[in-house]
Amino acid sequence: MAHPVLKLYALSTCIHCRHTKEYLNSHHIPYEFIDVDLQEGEARDRVLAEVKGYNPNMSFPTIVVPDGGSVIIGFQEQKLAKYIP
Amino acid sequence: MNRQGESHASGMTPHSLRNTLQPLQEAKGYYFNRDDSMTMELLEQLLVTKARYGYMACPCRLANGTYEADKDIICPCSYREQDVNEFEACFCGLYVSKEWNERWDQEQQSTPVVPDRRDPGNILL
Repeated sequence: MAHPVLKLYALSTCIHCRHTKEYLNSHHIPYEFIDVDLQEGEARDRVLAEVKGYNPNMSFPTIVVPDGGSVIIGFQEQKLAKYIP
Repeated sequence: MNRQGESHASGMTPHSLRNTLQPLQEAKGYYFNRDDSMTMELLEQLLVTKARYGYMACPCRLANGTYEADKDIICPCSYREQDVNEFEACFCGLYVSKEWNERWDQEQQSTPVVPDRRDPGNILL
């Protein structure tokens, strides 16, 4: 069974986002990420609209499980553990 | 981006920033997280946001980029008092309660996950 590729919306300066990346890396959970604070102009507006759709508070980290899966807000190990291959 | 502990344009390092802030904040009843891996990293990132925006925007919140629009998240943020009272830690985890640190001395525990109290309307789209 293919493992879902999680989508992580993060901030490059955020320690909780950094811990999330470290956890996903160390547990070989596939993911892609975008550091929203490093985006500018239209790219920033576009990604913020995406984040807002998943997490109206627009707080970080916001982790999205694809295909209508859950949205995990904040670095929450026990919720991420479900996606360990 | 700077390597860990490297001084920034202001000449400040995380250590000198800590030495400057610690007595001031403890006098107000706010304590740096005893978990140094959190505190030093967060102080480093405050120097990054200071260099980027000109003020120490909370490293765990999306800054708008202007002082006026980010006043509520300039560290120490406007939400620190409520967060420390309710969760024993501020949103990013830099400041904790005295009791939390005392418990950390007995048994290392991870910093609480604190929901962001900031009104998303403060983020300029």
